[in-house]
Amino acid sequence: MDTTVLTAPQDLAAHRSKALVVGLVGLAACGLGFVLNRDQFFRSWLIAYLLFLGIALGSMALVMIQHLTGGTWGVFRRVLEASSRTLPLLALLFLPVVLGMSTLYPWTHDDLVRADEVLRHRQPYQNTGFFLARALVYFASWIALAWTLTRWSRRQDEGDMSGNMLLQRVSGAGLVIYALTITLAGVDWVMSINPHWYSTLFGFLMIGGQGLSALAFTIVIATLLVKDEPMSGLLKPHHFHDLGKLMFAFVMLWAYFNFSQFLLTYAANLLEEIPYFIARINHGWQYLALFLIVFHFAVPWLLLLSRDRKRNPARLVWVAAWILFMRYTDLFMLVTPEFASTGQNLHMLAGEHESLFFVHWLDLAAPLGIGGVWLWMFFTQLAQRPLLAFGDPYLRESMETAGGGH
Amino acid sequence: MSHIDETPTLYGLMAEFDNPSDLVRAAERARLAGYRNMDAYSPIPIEEINEALGYKRTRLPLLVLLGGICGGIGGYSLEYWSSVIAYPMNIGGRPFHSWPQFIPVTFETTVLGAALSAFVGMWALNGLPQPYHPVFNVPAFERASRDRFFLCIETIDPRFDRHATQQFLEGLHPLGVSEVAP
Repeated sequence: MDTTVLTAPQDLAAHRSKALVVGLVGLAACGLGFVLNRDQFFRSWLIAYLLFLGIALGSMALVMIQHLTGGTWGVFRRVLEASSRTLPLLALLFLPVVLGMSTLYPWTHDDLVRADEVLRHRQPYQNTGFFLARALVYFASWIALAWTLTRWSRRQDEGDMSGNMLLQRVSGAGLVIYALTITLAGVDWVMSINPHWYSTLFGFLMIGGQGLSALAFTIVIATLLVKDEPMSGLLKPHHFHDLGKLMFAFVMLWAYFNFSQFLLTYAANLLEEIPYFIARINHGWQYLALFLIVFHFAVPWLLLLSRDRKRNPARLVWVAAWILFMRYTDLFMLVTPEFASTGQNLHMLAGEHESLFFVHWLDLAAPLGIGGVWLWMFFTQLAQRPLLAFGDPYLRESMETAGGGH
Repeated sequence: MSHIDETPTLYGLMAEFDNPSDLVRAAERARLAGYRNMDAYSPIPIEEINEALGYKRTRLPLLVLLGGICGGIGGYSLEYWSSVIAYPMNIGGRPFHSWPQFIPVTFETTVLGAALSAFVGMWALNGLPQPYHPVFNVPAFERASRDRFFLCIETIDPRFDRHATQQFLEGLHPLGVSEVAP
């Protein structure tokens, strides 16, 4: 195969600079928000950050699954790899969360920890120093994994097949490392916003959500790529069918995990778990909860039942884009009801407090800012390699057979 | 219809290929030549073959959907009837109609209903079980479950002509063309 024709089309460069402009405008707005309402800024930043971190990590996990299982959706490997190569930027974008620790996490305040038996008990694990050290370990292992996987994939392009088996072994171990680190990171960065609530399903919720975000994003990018040479001649309906089927499965997985979490809480009736749901089915949040059930699960599920829609990128892309928006809404629902409309963490305010449904303009600015620069980084990474991992010995199979590979 | 009368002891003509791509190509050419009553036989699933043969959508997805809906409604109704009407019990102070607890059973019976209707519907729509089928009268057909691929054009096709069809099939460069006794 002539490899020079596999370079990214010119259109991508235009998208890349547009993304950068949007990102810089968004970041400027975030800067304004930082000055005007710091508490609000940190909360909005965390939510938007989680969305794009999810795309990058979910993509990395899908690359590893692809190395282990194979399947025709391997043609999208370079898109997934480019997403995973944004992780260094995401490590940088994590800094505002570090700055905002005292706003976001009640356990950072010594007086609160002293007054609360549970927090006192958790203090050897949940303290600022160890939190930062763990974050360092998470990012180091994620970046090391993403770089190992993409570097060896690059070597295949050059005809060096010595890493083929190693890629599979690294993927096996890497998936375990990913599952463990993202579970701990989820507890650190999201669950500990509420000092007492815990859910044993939380790691799986993160993993399922990240996989869904990554698939939806990959469909959007693949639809962009299929419009132009070289991918217009290479990506076929059955490739999109594969991604559509996987997205369909992850939509159900999201509903399954969330419902399981709710049902266990409902059935067990434990004091530590209930307040999470009480906060989310009162004071206006119940409408957002219904919105999530209908538009994060029911409607995409019904739309993705159709075989024709899954095989037609022009139709599938709308479902994918909608799911990305719903992923953001879901993360918003995860975090925001723990905060007062002033932007402060409810659990740090004296006395009893309830959050009334609210949205802040920073909830629009933060995803635009982070998303813009993140997309810029993504397009930069995507343009650096051939769009198809043509050296992959399994790729020929996925290009030739239109068969039932997954 | 006259040529069918000339060959009343024929089910169809069958061409043999040794790879799936040739079979798909042959089926496509046969469809373009106007043949409709034909079938392909392969030891492995070939996704393109449906399109090549010009198959129309079946009613199976609709049956599965209906089966799933019936299963779901049935499961939920059973839970409702047993927990609210037949054996109302106070469990942890929850209402008799504790719908979240009913969802797992509803989900399972939905899957059960859909799976059963897929299974039964597939058999029924395919006319199975079918203890006798003429294609097995061709000795070479034994390899259809191993390494050979077959295309059979049936005599009931309006365009079927004993000689023209034989010529057409031979023009597809098969390993051989056999007559299929009814």
